[in-house]
Amino acid sequence: MPIDATDFKALRIFFTGVGGQGTLLATRLVGEAALEQGLPVCLSEIHGMAQRGGVVESSVVVGNIASPTIADGEADILLAFEPLEAARALPKCHAGSLIIANTVPLVPFTVAVGQSKYPEQAKIRELLENKVARLIWFDAVELARRSGSDKAANVVMVGVLAGLRPLPIDDRCWQQALQKTVPARFLEMNQKAFEAGLEFGLSC
Amino acid sequence: MHELLTPETDKKHLLLGNEAIVRGALEGNVRFVAAYPGTPSSEIIDRFYQIAPEAGVYVEYSVNEKVSMEVACAAAISGVRSLCSMKHVGLNVAADAFMTLAYVGVKAGMVIVVADDPSLHSSQNEQDNRYYAKMAGVPMLEPSTPEEAREMTLAALDLSEKYQVPCILHTTTRVNHCRAPVTLGTIPTERPPAKFNKDPFNLVVVPMVGRKLHLALLEKLPKLQREAEQSPLNRITGAGNWGIITSGVSYLYVVDAVRELGLEKRVKVLKVGFSFPHPKALLRDFMQGLEKVLVVEELEPFLEEIAKVVAQEESLPVKIAGKGGPLIPRAFELDSVKVKQAMSVFFETAYQPPQIFAVPELPQRPPNLCPGCPHRATYYSIKKVFGDEAVYPTDIGCYTLGLLPPLGMADFLICMGSSVSTAGGFSKVLDRPVVAFIGDSTFFHGGLPGLVNAVSHDHRILLAVLDNGTTAMTGHQPHPGVEITEQGVVAPKVGLERIIRGCGVDKVTIVNPLQIQKTQDALLKIREEMETPGVSVLISKSPCPLFERRMLRKKQKVVFKVDASCDLCKKCLTELGCPAFVWEQAPGAECIQINAALCSGCSVCAQMCKSIRPEKLSA
Repeated sequence: MPIDATDFKALRIFFTGVGGQGTLLATRLVGEAALEQGLPVCLSEIHGMAQRGGVVESSVVVGNIASPTIADGEADILLAFEPLEAARALPKCHAGSLIIANTVPLVPFTVAVGQSKYPEQAKIRELLENKVARLIWFDAVELARRSGSDKAANVVMVGVLAGLRPLPIDDRCWQQALQKTVPARFLEMNQKAFEAGLEFGLSC
Repeated sequence: MHELLTPETDKKHLLLGNEAIVRGALEGNVRFVAAYPGTPSSEIIDRFYQIAPEAGVYVEYSVNEKVSMEVACAAAISGVRSLCSMKHVGLNVAADAFMTLAYVGVKAGMVIVVADDPSLHSSQNEQDNRYYAKMAGVPMLEPSTPEEAREMTLAALDLSEKYQVPCILHTTTRVNHCRAPVTLGTIPTERPPAKFNKDPFNLVVVPMVGRKLHLALLEKLPKLQREAEQSPLNRITGAGNWGIITSGVSYLYVVDAVRELGLEKRVKVLKVGFSFPHPKALLRDFMQGLEKVLVVEELEPFLEEIAKVVAQEESLPVKIAGKGGPLIPRAFELDSVKVKQAMSVFFETAYQPPQIFAVPELPQRPPNLCPGCPHRATYYSIKKVFGDEAVYPTDIGCYTLGLLPPLGMADFLICMGSSVSTAGGFSKVLDRPVVAFIGDSTFFHGGLPGLVNAVSHDHRILLAVLDNGTTAMTGHQPHPGVEITEQGVVAPKVGLERIIRGCGVDKVTIVNPLQIQKTQDALLKIREEMETPGVSVLISKSPCPLFERRMLRKKQKVVFKVDASCDLCKKCLTELGCPAFVWEQAPGAECIQINAALCSGCSVCAQMCKSIRPEKLSA
């Protein structure tokens, strides 16, 4: 499909997940695809303490925006790799936001040891649905598993983002970005995962 | 070939700010790099370490920031361009070297990258290091983006070489960890030979030399100021009779705010890239005729103060605002909304801040010691033997997470190395056992002088060296005591036990903390030992499992499971707190389980509970 970027202004995409879910690779993938397409792009990451099982947040800003970070209330898209973290990042969104959320929970330690309760999935879904323009609520791990590995859920998420077409990035650029970002021995599996996400995104 | 060495300069590469600094340094012919890792600066030394042989650059992980600056300045004095990088608090460690290096200067370009961490993403404070440039009298450049980070590294090298003084490249987390398209230049192949000319009356800072060198530095400053005043790194954009002065990442927030508030024709923006020596003539010219100026910068009023000085000296009737009121906060990072809010108030322009959605209280997800982390086992055993009565000064590394419940094994911390020295102080005023914790890398970095001090003053303390064989927190960088390397397991260059005994400690015990009973028996003996004054050291030695698995490709053989005999005493949760444990609370089916995907097979839990049993993993 030819991509027309003439009307495209800018998008702020906020990523949230848990250490080990590959959110930073997903961030990089979107960044490389945008660069390949010739769009202005800027990524922001936080390293350090976040990697010890904590929350990992990053952002991609595409288009005519200088700020590398996303303030509360300014994310146009939220890519949430875990449902509890989707809820936690809701303050980043605005009424017109699109949320793409993986529904598979990763129970935090505080819940595992009984200090607090994991909120009901339906409640999280309702919370998000009531606030933003559009919610894509789906099992990214299942789609990844069918492509060869649970671990590719991060690439499935990006595939869904690509399929929903909020970014004027064509398939060739996504493929180039995959080749650049993913190690060669995992490329085929990740291409499948991306395709699975893309198809799901197109069908939404 | 590593991406950072590519000769393809025809297209842009998506680089981290830190990687752009590396590329800039390579293009500027830097041949000597030294650093101690520290977030958000670590990727600079890490990338250099990866490319060192291919790039023909000498790269070392120095033992601390002071040492890194000293080794790097020796190269620069010998005509070899050098770079050292550190996190903001690292410059405190290096400050002694830094202040006098400004006097002595360099022969070849030397860049000191100083990475501040506003909002304390991964630090103990958020000091504004721009004042160090002013205190020492060295030039400072402040990039806003990775592209500028590359350019300014090159500019800093030239400036340093031209004026024979080290140059600071000042960044913040959002510049270091921003990834954006960067234009590449060519990497030179010629290699200037190193040479050292004896010149003790300019290089050996005794008082009479220091006096002369201070005057020489003061003579450089006006020249550097003129350089700053004419520098293309300082830019004015826009038009109008209002102004904004800004630098670093704050400039980017200002760009968006000016556009979104529609102030393009009302507000002129001065972006200061060369911020010290202050470009006073430029500030004067910029503020001439302006009605009011807002200074947008993170943390301290560094630019605001000089803007006010210039306005006073030049009798400019301009209103200048920034910190100290409701406009620009003095703590934490700025963001585009904070800047838009401040500008809309100051310039009396309409702005509707975004409505922020409220979220009900959610379970926290704090960072945690990993499953199988030997630090947890050490804490568990020490708590069993020394209890809550003991005072536990701690230090900086993964093990600082021992602060969190259920371990709660951290009582005091100020900086790298403070564990052992503060322990000594506590032991002199309190009638309680004092047990200090320090990691192996931190011990080499800042613990050694404190240990010698404790020995020489008979401080009655136990120092537990949590030896996981690597600098784990910042990404598994090597240190002088490492045994696990890419070449396999080797004898350490500087063995921990030897150096500790060499410091005069006789009471040294080595345990594997994953062996709970043996560790606790050893600790009981140490507790008896502590009846008499003097320092005891426990080396609690077990490699970081993440590091060991990666380096030695070690395969996990077992996972642990809770069997039906579990009586739900929950000590595994309340005393050990391994994140692999799950408490299923379904009515009638309450049980404790171990998440097999998270269990690392360390066996610590099985040693404290008979209901936990191993299960072999099929190959």
